[in-house]
Amino acid sequence: MIEKILARGAGQKSVRPGELISVKVDLALGNDITAPVAIREFERLGVERVFDPEKIVLVPDHFTPNRDIAAAEQALALRRFAERYGIKHYFEVGRMGVEHALLPEQGLVWPGAVVIGADSHTCTYGAVGAFATGVGSTDLAAAMALGEAWFKVPETIRFEYRGVLPPFTGGKDLILYMIGRIGVEGARYRAMEFGGDTIGRLSMDGRLTMCNMAIEAGGKCGYMEPDEVTFDYLQGRVKHPYAAEFSDSDAAYERIFSFEVASLQPQVAFPPSPDNVRPVGEAKGIRIDQVVIGSCTNGRLEDLRAAAAVIKGRKVHPKVRLLVIPATQQIYRQAMAEGLLDIFIEAEAAVSTPTCGPCLGGHMGILARGEKALSTTNRNFVGRMGHPESEVFLCNPAVAAASAVAGEIIHPGEVA
Amino acid sequence: MILEGKVWLFGDNVDTDAIIPARYLSAVDPAELAAHCLEDVNPDFPRLVRPGDLVVAGKNFGCGSSREHAPLALKGAGVSCVVAQSFARIFYRNAINIGLPILECPANLAGSLAPGDILRVDLEQGLITAPRSGGRFQAVPFPPFMQEIIKSGGLIEYVRSRLNY
Ligand code: SF4
Repeated sequence: MIEKILARGAGQKSVRPGELISVKVDLALGNDITAPVAIREFERLGVERVFDPEKIVLVPDHFTPNRDIAAAEQALALRRFAERYGIKHYFEVGRMGVEHALLPEQGLVWPGAVVIGADSHTCTYGAVGAFATGVGSTDLAAAMALGEAWFKVPETIRFEYRGVLPPFTGGKDLILYMIGRIGVEGARYRAMEFGGDTIGRLSMDGRLTMCNMAIEAGGKCGYMEPDEVTFDYLQGRVKHPYAAEFSDSDAAYERIFSFEVASLQPQVAFPPSPDNVRPVGEAKGIRIDQVVIGSCTNGRLEDLRAAAAVIKGRKVHPKVRLLVIPATQQIYRQAMAEGLLDIFIEAEAAVSTPTCGPCLGGHMGILARGEKALSTTNRNFVGRMGHPESEVFLCNPAVAAASAVAGEIIHPGEVA
Repeated sequence: MILEGKVWLFGDNVDTDAIIPARYLSAVDPAELAAHCLEDVNPDFPRLVRPGDLVVAGKNFGCGSSREHAPLALKGAGVSCVVAQSFARIFYRNAINIGLPILECPANLAGSLAPGDILRVDLEQGLITAPRSGGRFQAVPFPPFMQEIIKSGGLIEYVRSRLNY
């Protein structure tokens, strides 16, 4: 699977874990934080053109709509570069979305594609069967010039999920549980392959959520073997011809973890680390000041539906600020058409245009000293959402919505 | 190359939000980033770090986001080398790509050092010595491919030399 994709990208018959290879990339991604650094490095190379203007994606999503003058300058650098080199996939505010929600939705990633992004959550696209991994800005600069990147071929760890998910649980709980079990460096440098009948029944949105957080276990990439669900999703989106890779029955895994999901509780990651995971019951009663529903982890349509189902006809607790941020313009419109946004606004939530915003403490909902937030995002490190003495708890959208109503962390079953 | 400097000690899982908080990411200038480097973990660090100082940390240093601002901030602060028990992978490649020397040393170095101790590092051999305690440690040497990038002075210089073929 991952090895096959990399071998093809490297123009070799096969590759072995540990081997250092140079691989042709099908897509290179940058955003308003990482691309300006890449652009500066690219200019030092003194090349006349990018390797392929159709294979570069630039998304100003982190500090946009521009939060201040410095952010505006960064966004401008991106826009200028896109114009100058004829970058086809540049997504302006009003047409954009949080990058890792946007690319799959726009059909820019496909099974077997090699994708690098100067953003750690690039690993999200493993959910459609791509080899996708986060790199740095200098890597992006080199890739924009050469169309290549260097990699060490990773070992693969397989995660097998069996059984039917209980109500109010989903992809977020599956991945949080596993990160809690193996730790933030449990899959360091490894490819994380997710499978089993639970994954087979999981929606594309849930799968994207899981692969999104591979990096939170230190993983180089996530991967799921494409199936009917994948092909249905890709249908009509992806223009590029693709051939899915299927793992051999004798595939070698470094380790295999199995997990029976039937009694899984919604999971909550306590600060200050995404592997500090406990069932929601153990978080009961923790009072919160802000709830964020959004991001590349859980800002997709299914997430908004799950949150709206819990919150419908209720009001956000008077001491809580609920921020709902659809991850892309398309999701925003669809949520509007389905009446979801109305449900949130009726409940007295603030609904925003797509942006990373609060997820990285950028803007649109920064925490003060001592405040606590519950968020559907992917990181809760010290100071992630604002003041170093603020705290972030991570959870799925149903738990977030229920807790926004209750004013404290709570199992959605207790509100519904 | 031999590096010698004062040691700053940090624990496990120092993440990129700790190295340079996201709120400062509208800057790309290493000096500006350096002014906030590691401030949420040790407020004295950006104020008192001196060119040539070394950072010694535990496991999984640099986990979290892909921001190259993290190694840039350390480099901007004058840090000559980071020695950790292990590094997160994007940080590892970023540091190499921008030419910040880093060494992976599985031994728990921090355990036998006090803040402010002097540490001597031989980059080519991967040999680390602590004159005060007389400790000697062997770090993992770079694979040849990466040595080539470092020898060229970073990834951009390396690519440049390839483009000139
Ligand atoms: S939503 Fe958060 S995790 Fe996702 S790309 Fe934006 S800042 Fe990164």
